[in-house]
Amino acid sequence: MSNTLIANMTWFAACKISDVPRNGGVCVKYKDEQIALYYFARREEWYATQNLCPHRQQMVLSRGMIGSQTGEPKVACPFHKKTFSLVDGHCMNDDECESIKTFPVKVENNIVFIGVEEDDEYTVNK
Amino acid sequence: MLANNWSSKNKTMRIVIIGNGMVGYKFCEKLVGKTAQGFAITVFGEEMRPAYDRVHLSDYFAGKSAQDLLLAPAEWYKDNHITFYPGDPVRSIDRECKTVYSHNGITAAYDYLILATGSAAFVPPIPGTEKEGVFLYRTIEDLELMTAWAKRAKKGAVIGGGLLGLEAAKAMLDLGITDTQVIEFAPRLMPRQIDSAGSEILQNKLQRLGLQIHTSTNTTEIIGEQSIRAMRFADGTELDVDMLVISAGIKPRDELAKACGLDVGPRGGIVVNDLLQTSDRAIFAIGECALHNEMIYGLVAPGYEMADVVAANLTGGSKTFTGFDMSTKLKLIGVDVASFGDPFLQTRETRTVVFEDRHKGIYKRINVSEDGKYLLGGILVGEASAYNMLLQTCKNKVVLPPNPEDLILGARGGESDSGAGMTGLPDEAMICSCENVSKGDICNAVNDGCETVDAIKKCTKAGTGCGGCVPMLKDLMVHTMKSQGKYIRNVLCEHFDYARQELFDLVKVKELKSFDAVLDTLGHGDGCEICKPAIASILASLWNEMILKKGNDVAQDSNDRYLANIQKGGTYSVVPRIPGGEITPEKLIVIGQIAQKYNLYTKITGGQRIDMFGAHVNDLPQIWEELIAAGFESGHAYGKALRTVKSCVGSTWCRFGLHDSVSFAIRVEERYRGLRAPHKIKSAVSGCIRECAEAQSKDFGIIASEKGWNLYVCGNGGSKPQHALLLAQDLDDETCIRYIDRFLMFYIKTADPLARTATWLNKMEGGIDYLRNVVVNDSLGLAENLEREMQSLVDNYTCEWKEVVENPELRKRFNHFVNAPEEKDPTVTFEQLREQKKAREWK
Repeated sequence: MSNTLIANMTWFAACKISDVPRNGGVCVKYKDEQIALYYFARREEWYATQNLCPHRQQMVLSRGMIGSQTGEPKVACPFHKKTFSLVDGHCMNDDECESIKTFPVKVENNIVFIGVEEDDEYTVNK
Repeated sequence: MLANNWSSKNKTMRIVIIGNGMVGYKFCEKLVGKTAQGFAITVFGEEMRPAYDRVHLSDYFAGKSAQDLLLAPAEWYKDNHITFYPGDPVRSIDRECKTVYSHNGITAAYDYLILATGSAAFVPPIPGTEKEGVFLYRTIEDLELMTAWAKRAKKGAVIGGGLLGLEAAKAMLDLGITDTQVIEFAPRLMPRQIDSAGSEILQNKLQRLGLQIHTSTNTTEIIGEQSIRAMRFADGTELDVDMLVISAGIKPRDELAKACGLDVGPRGGIVVNDLLQTSDRAIFAIGECALHNEMIYGLVAPGYEMADVVAANLTGGSKTFTGFDMSTKLKLIGVDVASFGDPFLQTRETRTVVFEDRHKGIYKRINVSEDGKYLLGGILVGEASAYNMLLQTCKNKVVLPPNPEDLILGARGGESDSGAGMTGLPDEAMICSCENVSKGDICNAVNDGCETVDAIKKCTKAGTGCGGCVPMLKDLMVHTMKSQGKYIRNVLCEHFDYARQELFDLVKVKELKSFDAVLDTLGHGDGCEICKPAIASILASLWNEMILKKGNDVAQDSNDRYLANIQKGGTYSVVPRIPGGEITPEKLIVIGQIAQKYNLYTKITGGQRIDMFGAHVNDLPQIWEELIAAGFESGHAYGKALRTVKSCVGSTWCRFGLHDSVSFAIRVEERYRGLRAPHKIKSAVSGCIRECAEAQSKDFGIIASEKGWNLYVCGNGGSKPQHALLLAQDLDDETCIRYIDRFLMFYIKTADPLARTATWLNKMEGGIDYLRNVVVNDSLGLAENLEREMQSLVDNYTCEWKEVVENPELRKRFNHFVNAPEEKDPTVTFEQLREQKKAREWK
C-alpha cells in the first residue's frame, strides 16, 4: 500500500497475486513470524497484519472473514468474532482487546511484497 | 486509600493473614489479582490442607474428593509468591512489635494483619459430647471421621435444625444411615430464614423423604459408656442412637484477638468498623470471626465482600462494608428454600400474601408495603423458581403490578401473563451474566442511541463473553426502540437493507449465485462477518452448489470455508457421516487407522457418530481422501446444515420396536444430507413410544406409532431446551417425508439468520396451529412448490469433500503457509490427557 519508506524497512516477496483468494486472506511465513495477508479485491487493496488474534492468542486471523464497517476495512477472527481494523489494527468491537500489528504491502509485477522493520523487537510468533 | 500513605514510604508492604478458610483464600486471590507488586504476603492456616470449599462439604459424601473441593492447590500459593504455612496455627500476636508467633516457632512481622480465623462449631453444654460417635460438621477431617464411624452405625441423629443441621442430616443420609432424626431446640426448622408456616411445610416434606424431625426438643444428656448409645431429652424421654452430629450453629474464633486485647463482642466476634478495621488500625478482621454492626455473617458471600473491601483499601482503592443482604436460596435435601428482604415483617402497615399447598409441599409468602407498591420481603418453600425475580423486585424497589399476589400465584382470569418474556423482567434482571449487565443497562444504552447489537455490545460489554445472551439483546433493543415509536426494519446489517426472508426471495428471482453478485445487485459496501455467512447460506439453500466455488469460499464462516470445525489451538475436527448411527466393523477400523496415522483424538459424539480432533489444516484433504476411499462422505458437522438423524435400534432387534427406525433414519439422513439452512438441523427416529432416540428434542423427530409415524417439529436441546410439538400422526413413510420436505423448506425460506426451528416457531404468529395449517392442510397453497424445491436440492447433492479432494485448486486453500505449503503451523501444540491428546488451554 504505502510507499513511504521507513528507514529500516525491508520488503520481502510474500507470494504471487494469484496465490491469494480474492476478498480473502492467506498466512505468510517470514522468518519465525506469521503474517496474515489480505487481498481486498472489491476495493483493489492489500493489507497485512499479525496472524495472531490477541484475544485468545490463536494463529488464525488469516482464516477470518474480511469486510468493512462504515467504510473501514476489517477482519473478523473466526473464534469469537473480534473485529480488527486493517488500517491501524485497533479492535473495533471491544475497547479492552489489544490492537494488532499491521504491515505495509505493495504489489510489483504480480508479486506481493510485505514491509517489515528489521530491528523490530515485536515478533508475532511469541 | 490506606495504601496511598503507604506507597510514599516506598518499600514492600508486609501482610500477614491468619486463617486459610474460604474468606482467607478469597482475600489472597483479591490481593494477588489487584497487584502482586509491593506486597510480601504470609498465610498461616490451622488445617493441613489449603483452603477448600466448605459450602459444598456435603458433596464429599456424594463422591467428591478432598482434592476436588480445594479452592486452589498448594502450588497456587507458591506461584503467586505467597509464603504459606499450613498446619501451623498462630499462637499469639504482639501488637506492639507488630509480630505474630506460630505454633511451630515461626515469627512473622507485619505492617497489616488480617484475621480470617472463621468460626468453630457451637457445642451446646450437654454432658457426654466427648463420647465416641459424637461428631461436629465443620472440616474435611470431621467428614473423614464420620465416614469411618458410619460403617457400623445404624441409627443417627443431628442436633440442630438450621441450615447447617439440615446439611449434616443430608450428609448422614448420604452415608447410608437411613434412620436419621433431626433434633431442634426451637419450635421450628430454620428459624433464622423462614416462618413457622413455611417450616411446617418444609418439615412435612423432609419427613416424606425419610428424615424424622423433633422440634421444641431440648437434649439434656448423651448416654453411653465409651461411645454414644442414646440421647435423653428434657421431657425425660430417650432416643436410641449410635451416631450423633452436632451442628447447632457457629461461634466466632476470636480467642487470638481477645488475648491480644482487641475489642470483642459480649457474645463473641471481633468488633470491626466499616473498613473492617478492629480496635487496632493495623489489624483487620473478615469473615465469620468479624462482628460488624453487632452482626456475625455466617454465609460465604458477605465474607467474600469483606475480603474485597480490605483488599481494595490496601491497594489504593476506597471501599466500605455497610452490611450485606442475607437473602438466600438453597436446596436442602432436594427441597428449595428461599428467603429475601425481610421475610418475617408483620406490622399493621404491611400486607402479607400467603399461598400454601400442603399436598404438593409448597409455601410462598410475600410482604408488601401498605400502599401495595413495593415488595419488602418473602419466603419460598418447595418451589423457588421466582426467587431471582422477586429478589430483584424487592432490592430495586420496583413498583408492583396492581395485584401483587400475581407475583407468587401467576396471573389469573384469562389475561396474559404480564411476567412472560423480556418485557416482564424487572430492569435489574441480569441479562449478561458474564459481564454483569442488567436489562436496565441495556435499555438505557438503546435509549442513549445504541441502536445496533454491536453498539450495545461495545457500550455495555453485554454479549462479549459467552455470547449466549445476544438474541436477548436484539429482542430488548427492538422492544425498546418500538416503545420509543421507532420503526424497526429487521435488516441484515449495514450492507443490506433487507431482512433475510426478503433477500431469499430476491436472490431467487434474480438468480444470483455468488456473494459478490448479491452484494453488487442488492447491497452496498464490502460486506462483513454478519452478511457474508447469511448470504452464503441463502445461496447454498437455494442452489445447493459446491460452497467453495464462485468466490463464495471467502464468504463462508471459517468452519464452512475449511469444511471442518475449528477448535482451540487452530486445529480442526473431522466428522464423517454415519447415517442413523449404523456402521460396519470394517468402517470402524478405517476410522481407527486414520486417527492413529494422523494422531487424532477420537470421541463418540452425541449424534451417534465419531469425531476426530486435532487435525492440522494441511492434513484435512489427505484425511478425507482416505475416508472417501473407504466409502465415507462429509458429515457437515461444520455447517448450518442437517447434522445427524439419530436412531434407536428399532424392530430389527428390539423386542418393543414397532417399526424399523434405523432404516427410516438412514433414509431421512441421506435425503437431507448437506441441506443448508439458517441454523443447524438435528433429527431422530424412535421405533416405539419409549423414545430412546430422544426425537422430541430435535428440530424434527419421528416416533413409531401402532399405525405409522408421528412427526414432531421444532424441538431442541442446548441452552434453552424445548420439546418438539406434534405436527401430524400415524403417517406412512411417503407422507412423513413429504411433510418434512414442506416443513424444512418453509423454515429455510422464512427464518431469520441463525434462528433454530424452535426460535422460529416461537416468533411465528399462530404458532404450531399455523404451521400445521401450512404444512399439513396447505393453507398457503405452497405445498407443491416446497416439495419441488426440496427435491431439486436433494437431486443436486454432492459430497463437498469429494470435490475438494479431486480438485487441486481447492486443495491449495488448505495450506497453512502460502509461501511454505509443506509446513504445518509450528505454534500448534498439544497436551497429554489419559491415553490421548488435547488442545493446549488458551490464555
